Amino acid sequence: MISVTIPPTLRRFCGDQATVDVSPGTVATAVGELHDRFNGIRDRLLDTGGSIRGSVLIFVNQEDIRFLQGQETPLKEGDEVSIIPAFAGG
Amino acid sequence: MSDKQGFMKALKCRECGREVPLTATHVCEFDFGPLEVAYDYELIKKSLTREVICSRPQTMWRYRELLPIAGEPTVGRQVGYTPLVKADRLAKALGIRELWVKNDAVNYPTLSFKDRVVSVALSRSVELGFKTVACASTGNLANSVAANAAAAGLDAYVFIPSDLELGKVVNSLVYGANVISIKGHYDEVNRLCAEIAGKYGWAFVNVNMRPYYAEGSKSMGFEIAEQSGWRVPEHTVVPMASGSLLTKIHKAYQEFTKLGLVPASKWKVHGAQATGCSPISVAQKAGLDFFKPVKPNTIAKSLAIGTPADGFYALKVMKETGGHSDDVSDDEIRDGIRLLAETEGIFAETAGGVTVGVAKKLIASGKIPAGSSAVLCITGNGLKTLEAMAGHVGSTREIRPSLREFEAVMAQDKPELVAR
Repeated sequence: MISVTIPPTLRRFCGDQATVDVSPGTVATAVGELHDRFNGIRDRLLDTGGSIRGSVLIFVNQEDIRFLQGQETPLKEGDEVSIIPAFAGG
Repeated sequence: MSDKQGFMKALKCRECGREVPLTATHVCEFDFGPLEVAYDYELIKKSLTREVICSRPQTMWRYRELLPIAGEPTVGRQVGYTPLVKADRLAKALGIRELWVKNDAVNYPTLSFKDRVVSVALSRSVELGFKTVACASTGNLANSVAANAAAAGLDAYVFIPSDLELGKVVNSLVYGANVISIKGHYDEVNRLCAEIAGKYGWAFVNVNMRPYYAEGSKSMGFEIAEQSGWRVPEHTVVPMASGSLLTKIHKAYQEFTKLGLVPASKWKVHGAQATGCSPISVAQKAGLDFFKPVKPNTIAKSLAIGTPADGFYALKVMKETGGHSDDVSDDEIRDGIRLLAETEGIFAETAGGVTVGVAKKLIASGKIPAGSSAVLCITGNGLKTLEAMAGHVGSTREIRPSLREFEAVMAQDKPELVAR
């Protein structure tokens, strides 16, 4: 399975879990799976055009997916995904 | 003023406008937008006048109504009110009529503008009952959190990239803070801190406390306006890491104007970056509203944020005010540091070299007209980034304590004096 770290802001939508396991595939399929299991998640992460919101950062194995293949970044067994609000630091 | 929230009303999402209570939280649950403190300006207007400000001690807290704490400040009460220096020799070198340097290289207690944001963040953290404070830092913030937490008796965890300058590392350790050095660049430190903040119940000044923390930067803008004779300067050049300082200086000018503390005027806010980490300036020059993240590679480590949190808003402010942006190479940064030192006797850190270098470009290109007046924001002290200048400022000439040996030196420098 693939472990997804959920930020505090989203945990209310995920049964107060800090991490959630999803199946291999891509970032897009992981977001879809989260949405199927926890209603409302996709609308928090994606804008109306289906792009990841500018206010959301997604990392696969500590790398920003914008430096990988975006939502098409593949996820294989054992990978770690982290969802982080963009507005931090500095 | 209410006991519980002072002159603040709520935290408000900058994207959707939803309001949430004044707790330790930084993003909107609905759209992940950044939360910002909303104030009761009608109440502030009744309390804050030029006379009231002038009657108070010369610290950043003289604008206390416009800073987000409920009661009186408890941490960093002496911070701010740094000199605004009329920089005639630098003005001449850069070819501009009038130039001023806002010198936060001598801010109290840790010699950078970060003491402003930290005194606000820690005062608010104490109000909210936190005992442990933390930050993700490129160095200056770590120094300030470590020092101010020590003085306030708070436990501190500071997280820094492992390649920082020695001065910034020692300057955090000496206060007894827990310094965690991360094998990675700042953006990786920042990501890790977001995860740590989600797990530990600490006051992370630039994560869950960020709405309060960021407001502290406004004090630099308030001081510039007051020290300029209660007016907003035509041009302000600001270094950009996350872009937050630039947006808050603009907000400070807007608030002073709204409260009638300065006359209405037009101003331009310009942003400065290092070429080795220039996501915001590249976007500004291309006329874009959004930036592309980068992997930093620059000697200006304090500005090395490849995914700037406020990049979008900094671009917006520059667009709205008609400001410009540019970036400078490592050599141009060193030249900028040396020029500021040799003309004004101010030794700035690398970010200051970026500001001077970019100001030079903006003046040369006419984007800041030669006949105008500008303020340069110098945000940190050169003693903390000695590595950047060592080997680039010449070297000492060592002699024995002998007049003859000194005269051999003078024979090269000023032979006419030796001959007398």
